[in-house]
Amino acid sequence: MIENRPLLTFFSHVMLLLGVAVIALPVWIMFVAATHPDVRMTQVPLPILPGGYFFENLDIALNKGLSGQSGQGVARMLLNSLVMAMLIACGKIAISLLSAFAIVYFKFPFRMFFFWMIFITLMLPVEVRILPTYEVVANLGMLDSYWGLSIPLIASATATFMFRQVFLTIPDELLEAARIDGAGPMRFFWDILIPMSRTNIAALFVILFIFGWNQYLWPLLITSEPEMYTVVMGIKQMLEAAEQAPEWNVIMMTALLAMVPPVCVVIFMQTLFVKGLTETEK
Amino acid sequence: MARVVLEGIRKTYPNGFKAIHGVDVAIEEGEFLVLVGPSGCGKSTLLRMIAGLESITEGSLSIGDRKVNDLEPSQRDIAMVFQNYALYPHMSVYKNMAYGLKIMGLPKEEIDSRVKKAAAILELTEEQLTRKPKQLSGGQRQRVAMGRAIVREPSVFLFDEPLSNLDAKLRVQMRLEIKGLQSDLGITSVYVTHDQVEAMTLGHRLMVLNAGHVEQLGTPIELYQKPASLFVAGFIGSPAMNFADARIDAEGQNITISGQAALPLGDGGMPDHGGKDVVLGIRPEHLELVPDAPDAVPMTVAMVEQLGADTLVHGHFGESKSNLTVRLDGIRTIAQGEVLPIRVTPDHLHVFDPSTEKRL
Repeated sequence: MIENRPLLTFFSHVMLLLGVAVIALPVWIMFVAATHPDVRMTQVPLPILPGGYFFENLDIALNKGLSGQSGQGVARMLLNSLVMAMLIACGKIAISLLSAFAIVYFKFPFRMFFFWMIFITLMLPVEVRILPTYEVVANLGMLDSYWGLSIPLIASATATFMFRQVFLTIPDELLEAARIDGAGPMRFFWDILIPMSRTNIAALFVILFIFGWNQYLWPLLITSEPEMYTVVMGIKQMLEAAEQAPEWNVIMMTALLAMVPPVCVVIFMQTLFVKGLTETEK
Repeated sequence: MARVVLEGIRKTYPNGFKAIHGVDVAIEEGEFLVLVGPSGCGKSTLLRMIAGLESITEGSLSIGDRKVNDLEPSQRDIAMVFQNYALYPHMSVYKNMAYGLKIMGLPKEEIDSRVKKAAAILELTEEQLTRKPKQLSGGQRQRVAMGRAIVREPSVFLFDEPLSNLDAKLRVQMRLEIKGLQSDLGITSVYVTHDQVEAMTLGHRLMVLNAGHVEQLGTPIELYQKPASLFVAGFIGSPAMNFADARIDAEGQNITISGQAALPLGDGGMPDHGGKDVVLGIRPEHLELVPDAPDAVPMTVAMVEQLGADTLVHGHFGESKSNLTVRLDGIRTIAQGEVLPIRVTPDHLHVFDPSTEKRL
């Protein structure tokens, strides 16, 4: 739309700036809070400009944690979160690629039945099946382990469905050319399908990594050792340290740290992410 | 190089649709056979059965002296060129050509020398070998697809309408290249097309298919001069043959088209078919404009197409207003509505039985 209406332009910019402010303000407050000593955060008015205690707070958050607790730092939680998110994202992608491959390229009895079975699990998110899943994980002895944190979240109907759609757009002639070249099914999968869905895999990785990173309820249920806490549940528990006033500087620093990996993933995979969701030509 | 022998090949799809109703042909070593027919006639299915991409319901297929019915495509010693090229989009041209050889387990030096050799034959430069298929033009992609077939050094080449995605000019050029390449390499080839010019120019022999039946198998000239059925007569030759209902006289010496002058059948006539109603076929190029011939037919001109080298005149004649197309050489100035005296060049009549549609 090419229009020259100064008032409209002005109005749209104001609206956009307001929108940015609404999103950015909490993040700013979080950043400011993470740069002041703990006493300052309990006084009114709250500071608007950053203070000089950023690195001190960083040190406390990473290595010591809240003063009243066992001295468990956030570093371990970040590592746990990272491992869980990576396991979930990679696991989901691997499983979905294989099941989509089976559904699209192989003829076996009840193929469509299985496809719909997978599809129906979309209706059963973790929260719905949380008790039986907990039971299974507990019986397998996977409580307080990375496997327990990630495996129950790996099966993914969304990703399977998406890869199915991607594979359906790949022309049959490529499969035929590969058959004439003598490539067996797994070779075709590895040499042709995977490189061709590279951008889709990347886009899905971004989404799934953030999904994994943000898990809250499940880690809360199955971890009891502080060794296995993830950072997202860590923040919540810091707030619940009831005996004393919340140490906002450490909590906000933790929140800031918890934001960094997802933001990095998005920034570094941006181009691939956009391509994977928009590119249609194979 | 190998003979390819098809015996009683049939294809029935699981839903009961019969795509191929029995094909028997022996393709000789080094022969170029073209399968031609309208879309949906089963020509691609037949080719894909030879390639091993479709199963064979009935009959036997052998390449060389091996029966290959149940072999995987890669074990049949064939190479195939697809209509949309089917190049692997994420691999460079070099890797596209080398992929099959790598799977065969050939040593690196062997792969390299074969790819370089094929690239030289197809005039692909070193620089082009490093590009991705997306960065090439249609003609170049076609060449890469052929290169991928050549490096396999197969006994049989299969082409599935390889030129139909190219523009007209490039198509003529690639057609000549394919013909040259095939005769240089001497590899038995099967080529599928719906384009009769491609078929006529490329093939040593043509197989015309219609709804899964073989209508005729023969050299291009045989098909042109003696089409075995109305279908072949109408399919081969451009513009298409004219057909008119006609009647052979009692003695079988002359043939009459709807009340017009009788034409001599010549060559002893057709005494066996005296007094029979038939379909007469005459090619547009076998009609001539003769101002004062007694046996000329007056044709009313409906439309004129100037091609430069030829002029196509479409019109109708007689009470039944039978349509007629005449091909005159050179540039002619003919107006719409004009009545032209048209005569059949002798000895170029094709007579068909109207019920069986076969040649008499």
